[in-house]
Amino acid sequence: MVDLNNISLTEIVKLVKLKKVSSLELTNHYIKNIEKGKKLNCFITTCFDETIKNSKTFDAKKNYDTLLPGIPIAVKDLFCTKDVKTTAGSKILENFVPTYESTVTSNLWKEGAVLLGKLNCDEFAMGSSNETSFFGKVINPIEKNLVPGGSSGGSSSALAASFTPATIGTDTGGSIRQPASFTGTVGLKPTYGLCSRWGIVAFASSLDQAGPMTKNVEDCALMLEAISSYDKKDSTSINKKKENYSKNLNKNIKGMKIGIPKEYRVDNMPKEIEQLWSKGIDILKKSGVKIIDISLPHTKYALPTYYIVAPAEASSNLARYDGVKFGYRSNKGKNLIEMYENTRGEGFGDEVKRRVLIGTYVLSSGYYDAYYLKAQKVRKLIKKDFDNSFKKVDAILTPSTPSSAFKIGEKTSDPISMYLNDIFTVPVNLAGLPAISLPAGQDSKGRPLGLQLISNSLDEQRMLNIAFAIESEIKFKQNLNRWWE
Amino acid sequence: MSKEKFDYFIKTENNYWEVIIGLEVHAQVISNSKLFSGSSTKFGGKPNTQVSLVDSAFPGMLPVINKYCIEQAIKTGLGLNAKINLLSIFDRKNYFYADLPAGYQISQYKNPIVGEGSVTLDMPYGTKRVGIERLHLEQDAGKSIHDLNPDNTYIDLNRSGVALMEIVSKPDLRSPEEVNSYIKKLRTIMRYLGTCDGNMQEGSLRADVNVSVRKKGEKKFGTRCEIKNVNSIRFMEMAIESEAKRQVEILESGKKINQETRLFDTKKNETRSMRSKEEAHDYRYFPDPDLLPLQIEQSFVDNLKKNLPELPDQKKDRFIKDFKISPYEANVLVSDNNISQYFEDVIKNSDVKLAKNWIIVELFAVLNKKNIDIKNSPVSSKNLANLINLISSGEISGKIAKQVFELMVNTGDEPSKIIKEKGLKQQSDPKELEKIVKKVLDKNTDKVQQFKSGKEKLYGFFVGEIMKASSGKANPKLVNDILKKELKK
Repeated sequence: MVDLNNISLTEIVKLVKLKKVSSLELTNHYIKNIEKGKKLNCFITTCFDETIKNSKTFDAKKNYDTLLPGIPIAVKDLFCTKDVKTTAGSKILENFVPTYESTVTSNLWKEGAVLLGKLNCDEFAMGSSNETSFFGKVINPIEKNLVPGGSSGGSSSALAASFTPATIGTDTGGSIRQPASFTGTVGLKPTYGLCSRWGIVAFASSLDQAGPMTKNVEDCALMLEAISSYDKKDSTSINKKKENYSKNLNKNIKGMKIGIPKEYRVDNMPKEIEQLWSKGIDILKKSGVKIIDISLPHTKYALPTYYIVAPAEASSNLARYDGVKFGYRSNKGKNLIEMYENTRGEGFGDEVKRRVLIGTYVLSSGYYDAYYLKAQKVRKLIKKDFDNSFKKVDAILTPSTPSSAFKIGEKTSDPISMYLNDIFTVPVNLAGLPAISLPAGQDSKGRPLGLQLISNSLDEQRMLNIAFAIESEIKFKQNLNRWWE
Repeated sequence: MSKEKFDYFIKTENNYWEVIIGLEVHAQVISNSKLFSGSSTKFGGKPNTQVSLVDSAFPGMLPVINKYCIEQAIKTGLGLNAKINLLSIFDRKNYFYADLPAGYQISQYKNPIVGEGSVTLDMPYGTKRVGIERLHLEQDAGKSIHDLNPDNTYIDLNRSGVALMEIVSKPDLRSPEEVNSYIKKLRTIMRYLGTCDGNMQEGSLRADVNVSVRKKGEKKFGTRCEIKNVNSIRFMEMAIESEAKRQVEILESGKKINQETRLFDTKKNETRSMRSKEEAHDYRYFPDPDLLPLQIEQSFVDNLKKNLPELPDQKKDRFIKDFKISPYEANVLVSDNNISQYFEDVIKNSDVKLAKNWIIVELFAVLNKKNIDIKNSPVSSKNLANLINLISSGEISGKIAKQVFELMVNTGDEPSKIIKEKGLKQQSDPKELEKIVKKVLDKNTDKVQQFKSGKEKLYGFFVGEIMKASSGKANPKLVNDILKKELKK
């Protein structure tokens, strides 16, 4: 039998369609992996009984003609799943069981996938290292002292460790791409509005976007095809026809123009990352791509802008967690106000509180114009920078992160250095554009490094094609000895 | 009491104080479903039976605008002669309260759907134009119920998310009477349009009242206080009166008014402080990122405008012009769409002059006394038209008609049936009438003599006696003719 840990989702799908492997066999394989990998703390909830039941139901079917036939998949615990606990990594939703299924996960099940469980993440997706989860930190399978990135750290770690053949995360400021980069996997943040936000616990509504996390670009195209859809329940969803990303995937990128933004050459960037970037450029050149130096002059304002807009929206989005209707309620307090204070004081972790405070502050009267309004204006300028560039180039190549995965605890006491980790990823969210991170090499310590491709709105196909071409040249090899088993 | 000239002032020993009033009316939009969800808006359902996951703000739930509510707001805007903004933005108004599930209310702050407009009031001292500042759409909150249990508050979210129109007037109102007239006019317009039922008991129409005072002749506005959530016209009038007096007393004693939000205590007939300006909420308004800016095509507005029903002011002008009735009467008839409809139904087949009098005088008296709506009138428009035609044709006298009308009210029967059953038909047979006339004159030969010798006043006496003898059924015209003839003999 084939080693399921070393083949791609696309290959697994083929095996299922050829009846070489059943859904139940897949499920049993991943359950075994998950149970041997508890050390990594990837899962908040597993629902194996259901998974086995659903796999059996799938195997009894006559028609396997869907994108993800009987494929067991674990998802970030930010997606509401019907009758399966959904916590968003927070104590305040510790026992919350939705009565509804998010549109994105519904799409997965419609394509034949079955739910394996819910993956750990930073609390309300606020974090870059998966250290803010109420359910404990997640460990990077690359090395036992490393963070897996965040906020979709449970997802990246579970994927890299083959606890799931593919997964989905959410990306508000880099939460898919940065953990993908830290774990040697592929992560794609789609155009804002390509995937429905309905049923995803909201962090910052104007930035949140669900996306696939996979072992290679082909899988990524397949997963994106499965989860993206127009949804009239989400007013910001884009009404367009579904694309066949996987069918249309090709490496023919000759004659394309790729932009290299000078503003992404930041101070103190490790040499290894510079080299990685150059390697990417060389590969593209060899593939017949024209490299063009471009400028995104407002890049340096992206991070401060992001840390105004995202907390502002979050402070409002998280107001519903008040102990009144669902979720955790403190039993302390003599009146409504005290109940609120205690519930939110006890229910939220430090990072969430920090952002609620920042968000409340920047929206306050007297500060609104100076912070929130100005940030919105800058956001428009950042978008304009990209618009101008895409008149000249087909896509933009940058490193995914300014460093490789850092050590657990290394940045927890310094929020600013933690936030700086998002420097290459947040501009894309502010502009609503799609971007993909793909593994492109390792640093001297053997830690994976990622390259990021950014493309124009709804230009995912071209972006995937470029990534596909780079991937096939770069021949990234993940060296995992499954030390945790 | 009719006034020739406006004279509402708070009078003190030394001063006349003018009262400045502006209103923020919250009008519930007539729609089957809520502003951002599909739940029912029906009033009076069992608590928490009309609540969706969106209304209760479950994680990951998103609002989707109800197009019909947008139409309703635009129609109302057009009814207020207002500017329709083709681009408007929904904002979040953030505050914590147990009956506000999301922790914010979706409202429109800087960019409302409707801009400036106006409403015309008919006051005893002439017409008055009241400016409308804006109209915006927002969600209602749920309801906190404090009196079911001594230790707990219960929450009913049926109302949570229901669409409201907040209609903000300019500070153009100057008396409780004008406020009364303004609210009623607003209500009439919205009822004509079918955009708000105006039912104040059910809370479909409520208002925040802004009051300030200034000495007569002064140009600058005084500091205002806002009286929150007043839910009847009478309470609004009382609240304004008592608040204005309170402010005058403070100013006359040399102190200053604090800008604040106040509540009206209906039992004590006084307002009391709810929170001062310093304690005012910071609502942290910002555009709701879950909703895109609302963009409307001009053609969409034009289409609504084209299909707008006749509005009260237009109808009033038409009534005056077409039916030659007074502005006062026209006002009364157009004050309620059902009344004007009833009136127009009656006059389809009957005399306008009689119809308006019978409706305004006789029918209104009955409806008021019995406290019933004209829609449920015991006298149908068809039956009233029939009665009027019987009067016009001389089949019954006006006096008999009143008797018939009373029976129509009690039985709902049609007039000819009542007349037949009760034998109330007019006596119009000349021979029979001649007999009666002769009989009366024969009985009163002395008075006939006196009449003939010049005491002409006695004519009325003879008519009276003849009517009495015919039990009021004699045709007055014929009686006249015969009597004159007989007296000449």
